[in-house]
Amino acid sequence: MTDQIQELQEIARELRCLALRMIQNAGSGHAGGSLSAADIVAALYFSVLNIDPSRPDWPERDRLVLSKGHGCPILYAALARRGYFPIDELWTLRQLGSRLQGHPDMRKTPGVDATTGSLGQGISVAVGMALAAKINRASYRVYAIMGCGEMQEGQVWEAAMAASHYHLDNLTGIVDYNGLQIDGTNAQIMEIAPLGEKWRAFGWHVLEIDGHNMQEILNALSLTRQHVGQPSVIIARTIKGKGVSFMENEVKWHSSVVTKEDLERALAELGCERKGNGR
Amino acid sequence: MEDRIPNNRVAYGRALVAVGEKYPDVVALEADLGKGTQSVFFRERFPDRYFPIGIAEANMMGIAAGLAASGKIPFASTFCVFASMRAVEQLRNSIAYPRLNVKVVATNAGIEIGPDGATHQAIEDIAIIRAIPNMTLLVPSDPPMTMQVIHMVAALDGPTYVRIGRQDTPYIYDGNLKLELGKAVVTRPGRDVTIMAIGNMVCRALAAADILAGEGISARVLDMFSIKPLDEEAIIQAAEETGCIVTAEDHNILGGLGGAVAEVLCSSRPVPLVRIGVRDVFAQSGSSEDLLRYYGMTPETIAEAARRALRQRDSLRQRR
Repeated sequence: MTDQIQELQEIARELRCLALRMIQNAGSGHAGGSLSAADIVAALYFSVLNIDPSRPDWPERDRLVLSKGHGCPILYAALARRGYFPIDELWTLRQLGSRLQGHPDMRKTPGVDATTGSLGQGISVAVGMALAAKINRASYRVYAIMGCGEMQEGQVWEAAMAASHYHLDNLTGIVDYNGLQIDGTNAQIMEIAPLGEKWRAFGWHVLEIDGHNMQEILNALSLTRQHVGQPSVIIARTIKGKGVSFMENEVKWHSSVVTKEDLERALAELGCERKGNGR
Repeated sequence: MEDRIPNNRVAYGRALVAVGEKYPDVVALEADLGKGTQSVFFRERFPDRYFPIGIAEANMMGIAAGLAASGKIPFASTFCVFASMRAVEQLRNSIAYPRLNVKVVATNAGIEIGPDGATHQAIEDIAIIRAIPNMTLLVPSDPPMTMQVIHMVAALDGPTYVRIGRQDTPYIYDGNLKLELGKAVVTRPGRDVTIMAIGNMVCRALAAADILAGEGISARVLDMFSIKPLDEEAIIQAAEETGCIVTAEDHNILGGLGGAVAEVLCSSRPVPLVRIGVRDVFAQSGSSEDLLRYYGMTPETIAEAARRALRQRDSLRQRR
C-alpha cells in the first residue's frame, strides 16, 4: 500500500469522526450517507480536485457539486480540514446564524460550489457548470456526487441525457450506491438496478468500483479525467454508515439522532481521539 | 421608423439578440419552444451560444443555474405554465435561493393564448413567482416596453422572471419610455379612479379610461409592469388621490396583481378595490377575444368595475 493511499484512508477516518461529532453536536443530520461518501470525498478534496482554499471563487478551480446535499457533514468536514474555514466552526452546524446550513448553501459556506439538497437538482447544475467550461474553453472539471435513492428522480435522467448530448467529458458523476434510502432498501422502495446499464444507455462512460477502496477510487477518478467525448460516471458500491459497525447497512441511520453514547461507541470504533470540550 | 413588432414575443427575440451583442456572457436555453417564445432569433445570430435542452424544463433551470454560477448570463425560455409550475421547485432551490443570475423569460401568459385551452393557460404564475424570495418579476405590456425590460433584466444581477403574452398587441409607448425597476408607469393621468393593469390588460384599461372619459370620469391608468419589486408608493398615492382602485390582469384574481395591490392597500391605505381577472376557475379553449369577453376581461367590464369602485368610495364617504 502506498503512502498516499494510507494517508487518504487516515483522512477519511478523520472526516468520519468530524462528521459524527458535528451531527451529534447539532442534534440532527444525516450520518449514514455522510459515512458512505467519506472515502470518495477524501480522495477528491485531498488528492484530485484542483482547488485553492484561499481563493474559494477562483474561476479555474474544479467544482464539486454534492447533489446528495444531505451528506454535507462529510463535505463540511473536508472543507474545514482543507482550511476553507476553522475546524471549530463545524460545531455550529444547523444552528441559527451558522454558515453551515443543514443542506449546502453556496452563498454562505466558503468552498461550497452549489446550493443543493433537493434531490435530482445538483446534477443539472453540474451539467450547467461543465457546459460553461466548454463555452469558455476553460480546463476545470466538474464532479457531482449523487445518492442512489436520488436515481429515482426523473431530473437525473434529463441531466444525463443533456450531458451526453453536449459531450461533457469534463464532467464526472459519482453515485454513492449504498443501496438504502429513508424508507427502506432501493429494492423495496423503487428498484434502480441495473444502474450501470442505465447510465451506459444514456451515453455515459461507466466505471463500477468499490467505493471504500481508496486505490479503486483514485484509479477511477483518473480514468474519468482521461476519457474523451463522453461524460463519465463512477458507480461506487458503498455501505451506508461505513466504519461504524452498528450504523452499517441500517436504514434507520439515514438521519437518526446520534446520542452521546452512540458517538462514544462510534468514535471508539473509528479510533478517533476526542479533542476539545467534549465534542 | 423601424418596422412594427407584432407582439411581445418577437420583441423578446429581437431584444435577446441585442443584449447578446452587448453582453458576451449572455447565452440562451430553450425547452423546444423556441419558435413560440421567439428565442430562435438568438439561435440564428449566436448558434454557439444557444443551447436546446429538450422538453425538460426542470433540467433547463438547473443547467441555467450552473451556467450562472460559472459567470454566464443565461436566458431560459419556455411557456409560463412550465416555467412557473413544472419547474418551480428547481427555480426556487437551484436559482432563487442561491440568488443566481438567471433570466427566466416565460411566454404565453394567461387565458389570452386561447384555443390551446386550460392546460396551457397560466393564470397562477404571478402568484407563485411573487411568493419566492429574491425574485424580480416583470410583466411588460407592449413591444417597446418588452425590449426595455429585456435590457433591464440583462443588466440586473439576480434571478428574474419576465412574463410575456402570446398575441399581437398594439403599441402603447414610443421609444421615449423611461422605465425604472419598481416604478409604475403613469400611462394616463386621472383624478377620479385608478386602473392598475399589466400585460395585455393595459391597452384594455386605456380603452376603459376612454369610455369613462365619455361619462365625465377621469381615470388614471398605471402600468404596473414591475410586480416585484412593487411600486407601493404609487399604489398609496393612487389610493389617496383617487380614493378607489381597479386592477386588471390576465391571471387569477387570487395572488396576482389584484392580490398584491390588496396587500398594500389593506396595510397602508384601505380604499375600495375591484379586481378584474380570471375569477378562480380554469378557463377553456376559444379565441382570445371570445375568452376575454366570456371571463369578463374587456374594456367594458373594466369600466364597469371603475363605476362600482367609485360608488363604493362615495357611499363610504357619505357614511362618514
